Amino acid sequence: MSNATLETATVDDHSDQESSEHGPSTGISNTKLAMWLFLGSECLLFGGLISTYLLYKTRRGPDNLPIPTDVFDIPFTSVSSFVLLMSSLTMVLALAAITRGDNFGFRIWLLTTSLLGGVFIGGQVYEFTAFLREDVGFTNNPASSAFFTLTGFHGVHVSLGIVMLMSLFVASWQGKLRPQHAETVEIAGLYWHFVDIVWIFIFTVIYLIPA
Amino acid sequence: MTATNTTSTDTATHSTEQADNHENAAAHEHKHPSDWAYIKIALILAAITAVEVFTYFETVYNWGQLLVPSLLLMMVVKFWLVATWFMHLKFDNSIFAKMFVGGLLLAVAVYVATLTAFEFWV
Amino acid sequence: MTPTNATVTEKPLELESGVTPFVERPLGVLTRPQGGRGWRDWLSTVDHKKIGIMYGVSAMVFFVVGGVEALLIRLQLAVPNGGVLSADVYNQVFTMHGVTMVFLFIMPLAAAFANYLIPLQIGARDVAFPRLNALSYWIWLSGAIFLNSSWIVGGGGADCGWFCYSPNSGLAFSPSHGVDFYAIGLLIAGIASLVSAINLIVTCLNMRAPGMDLFRMPVLTWMLLITQFLLLFALPVITVALFLLMFDRLFGSDFFNPDMGGDPLLWQHLFWIFGHPEVYIIILPAFGVVSEIIPTFSRKPIFGYSFMVFSGIAIGFMGWGVWAHHMFVSGIGPISVAAFSLSTMFIAVPTGVKILNWIATMWGGQIRYTTAMLFAVSTVGMFTIGGLSGVTHALAPADTQQTDTYYIVAHFHYVIFGGGVLGLMGGLYFWWPKVFGYLLNERRGKLNFWLMLIGFNLTFGPMHVLGLQGMSRRIDTYSAGFGFEFWNLVATIGSFIIALSVVVFFHNIWRSKREAADLPPPGPDPWDARSLEWMVPSPVPEHNFDEVPTVDGLDEWWHRKYAIDDDGNVVRISSVQSAAQDGSARGVHLPSPSFWPLVLALGLPLIGYGLIFNLWLCVPGGLMVGMAMYAWALEPVDDPDADHGQHHEDNDGDGDNDGSGGSGDSDGELATVGTPSTQGGYE
Repeated sequence: MSNATLETATVDDHSDQESSEHGPSTGISNTKLAMWLFLGSECLLFGGLISTYLLYKTRRGPDNLPIPTDVFDIPFTSVSSFVLLMSSLTMVLALAAITRGDNFGFRIWLLTTSLLGGVFIGGQVYEFTAFLREDVGFTNNPASSAFFTLTGFHGVHVSLGIVMLMSLFVASWQGKLRPQHAETVEIAGLYWHFVDIVWIFIFTVIYLIPA
Repeated sequence: MTATNTTSTDTATHSTEQADNHENAAAHEHKHPSDWAYIKIALILAAITAVEVFTYFETVYNWGQLLVPSLLLMMVVKFWLVATWFMHLKFDNSIFAKMFVGGLLLAVAVYVATLTAFEFWV
Repeated sequence: MTPTNATVTEKPLELESGVTPFVERPLGVLTRPQGGRGWRDWLSTVDHKKIGIMYGVSAMVFFVVGGVEALLIRLQLAVPNGGVLSADVYNQVFTMHGVTMVFLFIMPLAAAFANYLIPLQIGARDVAFPRLNALSYWIWLSGAIFLNSSWIVGGGGADCGWFCYSPNSGLAFSPSHGVDFYAIGLLIAGIASLVSAINLIVTCLNMRAPGMDLFRMPVLTWMLLITQFLLLFALPVITVALFLLMFDRLFGSDFFNPDMGGDPLLWQHLFWIFGHPEVYIIILPAFGVVSEIIPTFSRKPIFGYSFMVFSGIAIGFMGWGVWAHHMFVSGIGPISVAAFSLSTMFIAVPTGVKILNWIATMWGGQIRYTTAMLFAVSTVGMFTIGGLSGVTHALAPADTQQTDTYYIVAHFHYVIFGGGVLGLMGGLYFWWPKVFGYLLNERRGKLNFWLMLIGFNLTFGPMHVLGLQGMSRRIDTYSAGFGFEFWNLVATIGSFIIALSVVVFFHNIWRSKREAADLPPPGPDPWDARSLEWMVPSPVPEHNFDEVPTVDGLDEWWHRKYAIDDDGNVVRISSVQSAAQDGSARGVHLPSPSFWPLVLALGLPLIGYGLIFNLWLCVPGGLMVGMAMYAWALEPVDDPDADHGQHHEDNDGDGDNDGSGGSGDSDGELATVGTPSTQGGYE
């Protein structure tokens, strides 16, 4: 029994320090490097979607139906963009909290981040329904197809991020997420910030720059 | 690759960090900015966003030819602030930045080439 | 590094003695696999070597599938007005031949080499994320099966050519579900390659043995690393294109529909931004294999190692700037054509550097013409022919004549078959004893080689002529009287000679395995080779290295066997037996097997069928994926119950002794593979 106990402790120890005989060759974390590589790859994904929209943004199709730029509600989108931007702040504060062992602060900031993300998604759902009411539908013309695809992909990314953050929240609530797991939080945070900077790009290039 | 040099020096510093967890933690706290620093960054981001949105109301002030360049500039600054501060690129091993910026620059290069090929290269 | 300041004060991991440790259970749906013998072990393994073997075996299966498709094409074209296939089926067969050979044969075969050899060549116990590695394989396999299932449930294969240009890919010209399967199948396979690329890059950068600097890595590992970077950045581009195509076909969007204002050129750009790096994704692993075989059988170090590496990196970079040379007749305009024509000519330079270096490596060497060496040398020759015909495409006026003729087919088969397949075949002969513990018979191997080389040249050489005569590719038949008859018949005969050579290969595997019982085992280093994988026993023990070697230079293993004396002569300083490790280490801590990668991978095709046939199917598929992700995240990388000393091959007679064989294990001496618990965590 004591043998098993010892073994478990060692095992946990291994996984936390990701120990090996000699440590990682570059001295950096495998998981974090993997996340950064993934984000580098995501740049080309969003780049492709944004380029598609830019190419098509004035194409109304043969029926001359309205395109997204006709019905943009810039003040509304500005508010939801601002909400997403501020969620980056709360995310980084959550990370700072767990790094110094402040579990309560971590949970509060994490919840705030998820809520802000949720508000952004809610805003996007509202925007989509408003567009549909104004006859900007997914299949109308290349411009609206490209718009819904781009913002939809981004929305799915944000939603996955919220699921991720809520999972962390539950794990923390159950006591499974301890300060030494701060790197997990940091990596989820990297994803969250990335989704935010993609929106920084989209907000300027898609919404603010006039057609 | 020039990266090798920096990497090997990084290895040296990190392996010492690894040797002592306590030291590692201390170094970490020292490296990471305070909450107040993050809030200051967020305030700057909010201010830039306010200016961006302000450009939309052309009746108040007309930016003319400067509109698109200044919007792009503000976007780049916001992007840079989030990446360097909130994503810690400023404080972390430079290999992360290289991987990310590699993808970013490649994306900009191929997609700008593609889009301009539709417009100007014909 | 994990910021672990709290560990110091709280030490939450240390348990008081007598307290039952809290063990996280994966939801109780599947019990933790314990390894052991038989098929269950293969389903749950996270061992990079077993995953590599599975990649290889599956790739060979799809080689046969794609080969049969190729033979059908050649039968159809053997004589004028051939009636073997209808025009519709012919379209499906040539499309699926291309897709199968590129995505389901060469890429996974290269992945087999990458998985098996990268950890061994850099002195690691496994890849950085063993479970993600298993995930890559299972996702790839489910995507491959999904793609081919369109023959049965999708009303036939895709029929738009492997690059699936719009508007041929649209519903108007391709009303069956074939193209839907193409789009979703390649999306699934793309996820697999992306995960695998991230995993292998982290492995190369972070898991190297002490002293294994980047510039001491073998050329094969370098080429595979560059390949992974190309995959990392190219796959999202094709992902975008395939999503847009899928939305067009399934949800009525207007991306590539010219009637609605869509632009078919956008597909071409996106496809080839991916597609040209893809060419190097196919060819660079073979270059790496050749760069290992030629020095070994010339008894010389590779000529100009750093030039080899840098030309590989240069190819990796420049491969991004040439994509539009596939589109010279698409109306992209004279400036685009001129620019891409120029950049295409430049990319021949680093490739030429490589060819010169291989020749210089052989120059003055003591060459042994084993089967592996014959394949490697022929790769250099055949690829050079393909490269030269490639330069003729860089000249836009000439390319305008050649586009969509058999000249193009000849060119890319010389590159992909002559470069890629011949090189990887050489690699199979070279590493076979390392992987399976017995040598392939050399006499049958040489028969295999000569049949393949002759058959290959008979098949694709005449296509140069046919193409310049004006025979179009992708036309299901031709009339008599154009002068196409003779060379088409020759090509068909050649294709059957290739098929015969593949039969000889499979026969060789089977016979050599039987004969091996009467032959001495090959030992760790049958070829007197140079890199680290040859210092461990054949087949490689589960833990790879008894003791992770410390590396002092390039060709580490060679320098452990030989030194240069004062007169500049090479002298043996150590026998293979004494320099090699004997695989006897026990108690090496390895990552535990897991079923969740398989479960997750099975959910994706369900979502795919759901998108095509009935969206409700997406629900169970999505639930499966989500559930598997959570179970995965909650499952510790290392099974707390696992017996650390478990060796499936040799020391566990009964195979299911959980917990009882733990005595005598010492964890301290031979520590773990470095895998963080957060691996794959909540992503």
